[in-house]
Amino acid sequence: MEMKGMNVKIGALECKNPVLTASGTFGYGLEYQDFVDLERLGGFIVKGTTLHHREGNAYPRMAETPSGMLNAVGLQNKGVDHFIEHIYPQIKHLDTNIIVNVSGASIEDYVACAEKIDALDAIPAIELNISCPNVKQGGMAFGVTASGAESVVKAVRQAYHKTLIVKLSPNVTSITDIAKAVEYAGADSVSLINTLLGMAINAETQRPELSTITGGLSGPCVKPIALRMVWQTFNAVRIPIVGIGGIQSATDAIEFILAGATAVEIGTANFVDPNITMKIVDGIADYMQRHRIDNINTLRGALKV
Amino acid sequence: MQKKESDLLVVSNTELSKRACLITLESKDKLPRINAGQFAELLVPNCSGVYLRRPISIHAVNVQNNSIEFLVQLVGKGTNALANVKQGEIINTVFPLGNGFDVDNMPYRKPLLIGGGIGIAPLYQLGVDMVSKGIQPTFLFGTRTAQDIILKDKYNAVAPLFYTTEDGSFGTKGFVTDHQLMNSELGQFDALYVCGPTPMMKAVVSKAHQAGIDCYVSLEHKMACGLGACLCCVEIVDGTNTCVCKEGPVFKSDRLQWK
Ligand SMILES: Cc1cc2nc3c(=O)[nH]c(=O)nc-3n(C[C@H](O)[C@H](O)[C@H](O)COP(=O)(O)OP(=O)(O)OC[C@H]3O[C@@H](n4cnc5c(N)ncnc54)[C@H](O)[C@@H]3O)c2cc1C
Ligand SMILES: Cc1cc2nc3c(=O)[nH]c(=O)nc-3n(C[C@H](O)[C@H](O)[C@H](O)COP(=O)(O)O)c2cc1C
Ligand code: FES
Repeated sequence: MEMKGMNVKIGALECKNPVLTASGTFGYGLEYQDFVDLERLGGFIVKGTTLHHREGNAYPRMAETPSGMLNAVGLQNKGVDHFIEHIYPQIKHLDTNIIVNVSGASIEDYVACAEKIDALDAIPAIELNISCPNVKQGGMAFGVTASGAESVVKAVRQAYHKTLIVKLSPNVTSITDIAKAVEYAGADSVSLINTLLGMAINAETQRPELSTITGGLSGPCVKPIALRMVWQTFNAVRIPIVGIGGIQSATDAIEFILAGATAVEIGTANFVDPNITMKIVDGIADYMQRHRIDNINTLRGALKV
Repeated sequence: MQKKESDLLVVSNTELSKRACLITLESKDKLPRINAGQFAELLVPNCSGVYLRRPISIHAVNVQNNSIEFLVQLVGKGTNALANVKQGEIINTVFPLGNGFDVDNMPYRKPLLIGGGIGIAPLYQLGVDMVSKGIQPTFLFGTRTAQDIILKDKYNAVAPLFYTTEDGSFGTKGFVTDHQLMNSELGQFDALYVCGPTPMMKAVVSKAHQAGIDCYVSLEHKMACGLGACLCCVEIVDGTNTCVCKEGPVFKSDRLQWK
């Protein structure tokens, strides 16, 4: 079923509907092919990709928490060249937006990785994950200071010519300061939120549940925080916002759109229901019909206050 | 192999002991092809506090009845809730996942199938499929005490079955690696298949390596997606972090970094 009035634009990026999938939760799309018609997605964002191969963190990398989970995957991936040679050929024909999530440990790494992806015809956008630790600055994440965020986005902006989405970390005092810095540096869009830093302890063994002790919290438990941050950011910047965090139904997605999101990403919910994205696409169409909304864009930021 | 997400009907849920139950689920549609050792991700019904699915091995496949069986040990919130699911209820199931055992291309004649605790679960269908291929398996199971022994007759109907118990209340006293089958009589076997707690699997692998016998382990790492998407369930295989859910859960032991 083709759905009318659901198209959205993120910068120059045209999406047939506002439902995308979140990086690190959807593999390279292929993992979900048995459950999802990938071409019915507004787009999907592939696993965090770095210039060089990364082994990621030691096992255990996951702990379930009330209404969510912690992860400490640590950006395991085989590097951008492996992506280009082995994975890109398997997905490039798909009639949807394939977005690569780019991570790095230094500005040079981000730039080099983004340049390589710029050359791929079937990749219309990148999502820059600025939650990564900057090895040159003592491991503090780029995304936790306005100046750090600005410098990495500026550098990538010069090297990358298509739609540049910058993914914000929620582990900051003021999300709007970071969002404004990123907008100023030339980002076409911001996506938020990445995972919240959290921790889980096994009282029986008196040990941490994760090999890294702390990890990233995701799932429905983070939704209220994500929603608040999207709303605040909507009131602070002009570029389109992609809302992420605990979305597991069409209603959740609509709430993000009302708070100001142009599109949404579905993350951890894919683990619970591998078909959830299709249900959300259908559910948004149903909501639009019930509320007599012809164009989803009229709902953006339409929160009645 | 096509994976499915479907609502399966609970046709029976039998308490086997205070700590284990056997759940049989029926599919309306024809079952996909399932290999021994593959698993499913079960969505635990009406259980607050359990967010993710639970990975459980497919214990047995009944093609005639379109049903699959799960042997579940009650260790926490999710598995206890599964034990309370009633006949006629629905369990949403994603299956079959992982690669399981490759019985079709098995070069062995006389393997020993070693299970510790609930680790026996993936070995039942393996034993059945081996027998149907003319392979002669033997089961060796270890539990803490006689009370933990479950489904003895069911396994014994497939192949010779031996036990160790830690307290000596049944079979040989000690761990599986203390049994004569793993010591003086180990030479009669041409392969070992093992599933159980990690220390037990490591002890078996070490014996297998010493004796120069091929050994396969079935791992039970913590999982989130079960599909190879999240990279949470990794074990170092061939020197690199590898998803147990997608590339395993069965691995030949010499590919692991286990000493
Ligand atoms: C591929 C695979 C196949 C499995 N097959 C079976 C099976 O056939 N039968 C069966 O009973 N169990 C099996 N398991 C283990 C089962 O998934 C866990 O016991 C279950 O998820 C625990 O859920 P819970 O909510 O009851 O426990 P929780 O409340 O989540 O945890 C209770 C305790 O169990 C521990 N635990 C949780 N998950 C695991 C795990 N994956 N491995 C070891 N300990 C864990 C926790 O650390 C905690 O100490 C399998 C696991 C995997 C990965
Ligand atoms: C297992 C896992 C791996 C993730 N990997 C990445 C990643 O590589 N890059 C990234 O930007 N975000 C990553 N994330 C964060 C998600 O994309 C998303 O921002 C976050 O999980 C919040 O959304 P959710 O609550 O819908 O999952 C990961 C999340 C999870 C759970
Ligand atoms: S559980 Fe997600 S990759 Fe294995």
